Amino acid sequence: MIDEDFVSLLLKGREYLSVLHQEDCLTLQSDPAHIIDLCTHLRDEQTFDLLADLTAIDQGEDASTRFIVVVHLYSLIHKSYLRIHVNCLDNLNPEVPSLSGVFPAANWHERETFDMFGISFTEHPNLKRILMWDEYPYYPLRKEFPLAGIEVPLPAADVSEVTGANVDPAPMMGGPFVSSSNGRLSEAEPRGKDESWTEDTEKLL
Amino acid sequence: MSKTVKEVQIGDVGAQAASRMDGDRMALNVGPSHPTTHGVLRLIMELDGDLITRCEPVLGYLHRGDEKIAENMTYNQFVPYTDRLDYLAPLANNVAYAITVEKLAGIELPERCEAIRVLVCEMARISSHLLGMGVFGMDAGAWTPFMYTFTEREKLYSLFEELTGARFTTSYTRIGGVARDLPEGWLSKVEKFVDELPQAIDEVEKLLTRNRIFLDRTEGIGTISKEDAIAFGITGPNLRASGVDLDLRKDRPYSGYEKYEFDVPIGTRGDCYDRYLVRIEEVRQSILIIKQVIASMPGGLWYAEDAKKIFAPPKEQIMTNMEELIQNFMIVTEGPQIPPGEVYFEAENPKGALGFYLVSKGGGVPYRLKIRAPSFCNLSILEKLVPGHMLSDITVILGSLDFVMGECDR
Amino acid sequence: MYSNEVGYNSKIEGEVIVTRADAVVNWIRKHSVWPMPMGLACCAIELMASAASRYDISRFGMEVMRFSPRQSDCMIVAGTVTYKMAEVVRRIYDQMGDPKWVVAMGACASTGGMYRSYAVMQGVDNVVPVDVYVSGCPPRPEALLDAMMKLQDKIGNEPAVKNLSKEPVTSVAS
Repeated sequence: MIDEDFVSLLLKGREYLSVLHQEDCLTLQSDPAHIIDLCTHLRDEQTFDLLADLTAIDQGEDASTRFIVVVHLYSLIHKSYLRIHVNCLDNLNPEVPSLSGVFPAANWHERETFDMFGISFTEHPNLKRILMWDEYPYYPLRKEFPLAGIEVPLPAADVSEVTGANVDPAPMMGGPFVSSSNGRLSEAEPRGKDESWTEDTEKLL
Repeated sequence: MSKTVKEVQIGDVGAQAASRMDGDRMALNVGPSHPTTHGVLRLIMELDGDLITRCEPVLGYLHRGDEKIAENMTYNQFVPYTDRLDYLAPLANNVAYAITVEKLAGIELPERCEAIRVLVCEMARISSHLLGMGVFGMDAGAWTPFMYTFTEREKLYSLFEELTGARFTTSYTRIGGVARDLPEGWLSKVEKFVDELPQAIDEVEKLLTRNRIFLDRTEGIGTISKEDAIAFGITGPNLRASGVDLDLRKDRPYSGYEKYEFDVPIGTRGDCYDRYLVRIEEVRQSILIIKQVIASMPGGLWYAEDAKKIFAPPKEQIMTNMEELIQNFMIVTEGPQIPPGEVYFEAENPKGALGFYLVSKGGGVPYRLKIRAPSFCNLSILEKLVPGHMLSDITVILGSLDFVMGECDR
Repeated sequence: MYSNEVGYNSKIEGEVIVTRADAVVNWIRKHSVWPMPMGLACCAIELMASAASRYDISRFGMEVMRFSPRQSDCMIVAGTVTYKMAEVVRRIYDQMGDPKWVVAMGACASTGGMYRSYAVMQGVDNVVPVDVYVSGCPPRPEALLDAMMKLQDKIGNEPAVKNLSKEPVTSVAS
């Protein structure tokens, strides 16, 4: 059972660990250096042996800690989840130790987090892109990357030579309209959230 | 005009083959487009004759950027994208997403809404397993079960169409309820369907379960041990076939599942045959659940009435009352207002545990939505599982894992 | 006579039909289109449903879904084409033998559909020439069958004999 005794036993002797909240499940915060020890302890002694999910959050370029790696573990005995936030220390080149030695399931999750955010996982056996093609230069889920995408050459050069195709930014006009609740009401007209318009028309005077 | 001949680039297969293979191994690329109709998965394999020595899956051929799209849309605008994650059981995805957001918003749903969600989830489970087993038979060489299961699925499609308007890709749930109530007479049609379904399952079983060729092709192939299954994060029927008793409907019941009695089939050996048997039995258990839901369907509303800033009021009130009109306007333009926080919820989908991790900073648009796809985790075991098998076992292993690239790549 | 049938009475006209070469060639081609299902996403399920027993595509002679491009005539692109997949689609298109046609099935294959994002190619017609577009998300099997019938009409109007001496489309690799 995840109760007060469990939490206090877990926190004892681990100063790097703190409890963020317990709203939907126990959420802990750890620092990158001790995450492997913590996860090994949770897997072996506390029966959290199923890695449900490993992902990251980008808090934005202006935040003090930009990237947070979030790990979700599940225990078949306690029948509940446990979430660990790991703050990346460096905002420009985030690095976190890889959990693929503790949970083989983390292998692909970490590759995906690297692909989408650019967070490197040290000592990962095969840290390559998994969802985008290998030569893709950007990290799509970062907040400054536009939804429409940035123009890059097509991964296969011979195909684009023959067909003239290119990786172009997707046209966003007519896209899903959301009105923002911040700001003045007169500007709260629903407009596409990502305004990287790809069509420029001269406004008639 | 002469045609210039360009050198064919077989991509990294050639480069890897040159650097890593020794002796007389052959590099084989089971490319993204291939007859096992599970979608666009590429396997780069190294063969020693007919024996596979290395297998590297390459994903991403269907990566559509769902998670980035979610950061630009309101919660209700994202529901059609959840349909197309596991496109064999779209209603189950809709329900999982809706429950995640409702957990964060702290909404309590009326009993009728929960019962409707359970009903459509189980129908989606039947639909997905029927296709999974039909295609599994087709992968092993049997064409007829495919036709039989597709006929049953067509009946399901008619039922879905009457309920939601679309055959599949239904977008049926909204945050705070479902889009519309059950049509009149629909429940009796569902009951008639589930009364006739066991006969069709029996026919498929008669063709496959004791079939000598099928047994030879699937028994002892692709065995996943209990420890491996848990270590690689596998969930759903694949995990249960390996002997682990984990079913989120029983262990962490949601949407009123605790009211219904059903069994959870657990396998013993974890090979392809066990996975097939587990799925067939799950269809039978789903039929039981559906019968119980129909028998005990409560009356009442199909949406949470007190979720004022989240679920749009019914049309008659919008057209006549000012307050409901404003409410509807705010929900449609700004989105359902969900308080800040984070939540992680996993639902027992036919393919495994579909999880949504939602981080909200207030407002109607999510800040970060991570979709934990069961097929993504199920496929990660391929690198370890496949070497040691013959080339012709590939189709059977892929068919038994029953994955969908739509949710794997998102 | 007000009849649109191609009627033929062997007692009057004898055992020989005289017609244009184009008509014969097109008639043969359009009634045995062998599709190559480029089933990428959800539309592939509707494609399989149209091949199943309720919306039988076999009545048009098209149940022969050959996954080998060398043995097929028409590539049905069913599903979202991402940039990573685009080169594969083009290479497979080039491996098909002439005459070949392409049906873009569904909103994603026609224009990118509702996925306006960094990874989705906005329409498969950026890499292959498309003959028939089918709208819908996913299109009902009836819509797909209607599209195949329109394809049959299009094939019927082709100048087949003149096309035999035409230069083939530049392919990526031979």
